[in-house]
Parts: sequence; structure tokens; C-alpha cells
Amino acid sequence: MNEMFDKVKKNLIWKSVFRRDYRNTVRDRAAAIFGNVFLHIHPVKVRESAVKLRYTWGMGGITFFAFIILTITGIVLMFYYHPTVSHAYEDMKDFEFQVPYGVISRNLHRWAAHFMVIVVMIHMFRVFMTGSYKAPRQFNWGVGVILLVLTFLLSFTGYLLPWDQLGFWAITVGTNMGAATPLLGYQGPFSEFLHITPYNDVRFALLGGATVGGNALLRSYIWHCVAIPLVSIILMAVHFWRVRKDGGISRPQITDKETTL
Amino acid sequence: MNPFIEIITKPDNIAIVIMIILVSFFMAWAFLQAFQNDKLMALGQGVDGERDQDVDTYKPLVRIELIIALVVMVGLTVWSILVDAPLEEIANPTITPNPAKAPWYFLGLQELLVYFDPWLAGVVLPTLIIVGLIAIPYIDINPKGNGYYTFSERKYAILTFSFGFFILWLLLIVIGVFFRGPGWLWYWPWQEWDTQRVVFEPTRDLSTMIGIDSRSIGGFIIGAVVVLGYLVGGMIAPYKYFKKKFPEFLEQMGMIRYSITMFLFITMMSIPIKMILRLVFLVKYIWITPWFNV
Repeated sequence: MNEMFDKVKKNLIWKSVFRRDYRNTVRDRAAAIFGNVFLHIHPVKVRESAVKLRYTWGMGGITFFAFIILTITGIVLMFYYHPTVSHAYEDMKDFEFQVPYGVISRNLHRWAAHFMVIVVMIHMFRVFMTGSYKAPRQFNWGVGVILLVLTFLLSFTGYLLPWDQLGFWAITVGTNMGAATPLLGYQGPFSEFLHITPYNDVRFALLGGATVGGNALLRSYIWHCVAIPLVSIILMAVHFWRVRKDGGISRPQITDKETTL
Repeated sequence: MNPFIEIITKPDNIAIVIMIILVSFFMAWAFLQAFQNDKLMALGQGVDGERDQDVDTYKPLVRIELIIALVVMVGLTVWSILVDAPLEEIANPTITPNPAKAPWYFLGLQELLVYFDPWLAGVVLPTLIIVGLIAIPYIDINPKGNGYYTFSERKYAILTFSFGFFILWLLLIVIGVFFRGPGWLWYWPWQEWDTQRVVFEPTRDLSTMIGIDSRSIGGFIIGAVVVLGYLVGGMIAPYKYFKKKFPEFLEQMGMIRYSITMFLFITMMSIPIKMILRLVFLVKYIWITPWFNV
């Protein structure tokens, strides 16, 4: 058995991929992190609090993991979907009845989306309760709030895409709020001063029309599949980067408690 | 089927049930750890995590991440096998469902529509929530409680945040999901929905309570005095109080930070106040102007 492993590990191809043997030395444990493009998001060493489940609950990581699941299942859905009024609903039916694993792919996308909204809120609660937004992490809290809003918007824009009654009316109710925007919505206060009508207000811009129709479907699709994920990924990069640059996972300050150490 | 079972097992509502369970669990865990740390500090000992050493990322952290990822993946897969995502009838602009509900995470805001006009409930308040959240690190100048769970060191911050998060955000969502039926009327989960039901509940405006037409000049002035008085008085009264009792606290806060904090706080508190006015005193509007109503 060991001989076989040796043979696998000692050939040119294996070495070209993994470069070095893992020997459980300090050096190799560090190399496992910084030598790996995915893991090197982490520092080589972390405080114990970062590893304790009771401290972080793993909520930020779970949110990110849900985002990855949603990206993968979302791509699967995109292969079978046309964002047009005449096709969208039938595509969903087709996807469920004709495509192998269609039902479970769609279910995964739906439930992972709800799940992501839930865990991102719990993540915010955890960060608040541990006071982790305090110096030097004030800015990263702000980035996190924007990411929270983007999570809501990602889910919201996805609601319309199946083009069923549920999504159609949820989006109608949601975007009607836009019409009430002060100054910029046709039902909002002071909008008459800017000559705002149902045909040039915020809601019109959101929907690409005065009612939810084909343009709204296309806009939802592009916001949902391209624009918001793009912004989210950039902000996530900033968010994760700042976690490290601001000193890693928060921990009790030692400086003002010298007596105990 | 029993309407209660029906409403909590509606596919999309299962997510809300899961949310209630998860949030309750983590709320309990957070406060439990906070009280434990408070106890430790009262005894003069260090809080949890204070003596933590550095550990290798590989493997302890990577291992736990992998385990969590697997557990989440298995959980979501089981959920997806057991419950199918809803796909209702094809969209039909001519058939309005009753009630037409926004996605569940916006139902707290939709619930506010009972108490506020859309420009407030749907635009101004959500904007202030986002702005207020981002402002938290800059207005909370208490340096304590950074990096560990505690309650005693940050009572007011935690109480305010918890009130906003658990009551005004999550509880209103739960009400919107489980307690609102046709016509956005209140239904207990075990009650059958009745689309024919009409509730006649005459509402009035604040100034009509003392016999002045709310659309008259007098009503306008009364409304303006109450609303602006609430905003201005709500900022000045605590200022006077702090000036007397905790002048050094005001000093530290500074005028700008104090004003922003207080504005956000009294705006938040205006929500439960308006709810009570509406539910107990049947007041619809406090202030009617030609442009907007509050």
C-alpha cells in the first residue's frame, strides 16, 4: 500500500501539482496555507478564538458557503432559463419535469437563498454582541451592512424570475414602495415639484416600465445574475481582506487587562 | 388540514420556522456567554478568550471549516429533498392575490405600512436603518466589550440593538408571515382566512381627538407642533438630563455625535409610539400637510 502511495507521489505529475511533501512540520503547516490559493485567505496562524465555535458560530463562513452553493446552483438554472415573459415560466416547469436533478437543484437554490438571508442576519448579531465593530473594525462593519443589503436585494431580484404569481405580486408590492420615494417617486411627497409621473419615477427605472412586465423580468435577471453578484464579490473581497488587515477575528484586548496576564 | 399546521408548513414559511429556531438558539447562546463573562469579570478574572494563544490555521481552523461546510451542505440537501420550492400559477396581472405579500424579509417593512404612509415605511425608515447600522461604530464610543461577549459593559448598546433587531425587525416579520391574512387583517394562525371579512374600525387623526379638524389650519399647526416637538424635544430633553447627571459623557460624545445618535434613537422609538397610537387610540395621522402625512 505504502509503495503504491510512494509511486503516486513520486512521479512528475504529482510533484508538479503539489510541489512538496507534507511532513507536519511548522514549515509545512504554514505552507499548506500560503501555498494554496484558496486557503491563503487565512493567515498562517490564528488566535484560538477564531477556531472556537462558541465565539464566531462560523456564521460569516456559512454565509460565504451559502453564496458559493447559490452561485453553482444558479449557473445550473441559467443554462435552462430564458428571461422572457413567454418562456420564463415554462422553462421552470421544464426544468422541474425534464431536467435530471432539476427539482433538487431548484430547491437547493431556493432554500440556500433563504438560509443565506437568515445566517447573514445572525452573523451581524454575533459581530454586534462581541463588539467586533469597534476600533479598528468600524469600516468593515459598514462594508458588512452593505453586503447584508445586497443579500436582501439578491434574493429580492431572484423572486420575480420564475414568473409565477408569488414572484410577480411580491415584486409588485416591493417596487410600489419606490413610487412613494420623496421627490423621486410619483406618489411620494414633493414629487410634483420635479414633474414626476408614473413614467419617469424611481419605480419606472426599477421596472423598465410602469408595471411589472418583460422589461422588469430582464432587469431582475441582469441585476440578479450579473450586476449584484459582481458588486457583492468585490465587496466580499474587501470584507475578507479587511478582516485580516484589521487584526483578524476580534479578541479581548490584552493591553487594558495587563493585571490578569 | 388544521390552518395552523398549514401555515407553518407552507414551503416558504418553513424557512421562517427555521429562522425562529436558529435566532432563538443563537440569541440564548450570545446572552449566556455574555452573562458568563460578566460573572468572570465580577470575580476579577479574565473573560473567555483572553488567554488564547495563536494556533496553526492548518489544521484546526481548516478542519472546522470543512466540518461546518459539510454539515450545512447535508442540511440544505435534506431540506431540498424533503420540501419542494413553490412554483405557483403563471404570473397574471389581472388576478391579485389577497393578501399580496412582499418577500418574507421585507414583511417587517410591509407591516409598518399599517402605521405609516409608504414614503416613511418603504423609503425613509429603511434608508435610516441602513444609515443607522453603518453609523453604529462611529456613535458607540464605549471602548469596552470589544472582542468578547458581555452585557454589563454595554447595556444600553445591546438593549437598543436587541430591541431593533428582535422586536422591530424579526417580530414584525413573524407577524407579517403568520398573523396577516386577507386585507392585511390580523388572523391567529389557527383561524381560517376569510376573504369576505371586513373590519370596520373608524380611525381619526390626532387633532380630531380634541375636536379640531386635522385638515384645517389649526390641525396643521397642532400636528406640526407635535411632530417637530417630538423630534426637537426628544433631542433636547435627554441633553438637559445628561448635562445635569453625566456631563463628562456629553463631553465625550460631542454635539454632532450626540445629535445623530439621538435622532436615530428617537426615530426608532417613533415606530412603537405610532403603533400604540394607532392600535390603542385609533390615531391614523398625527400631522396632515398638503404634501405628506405623518
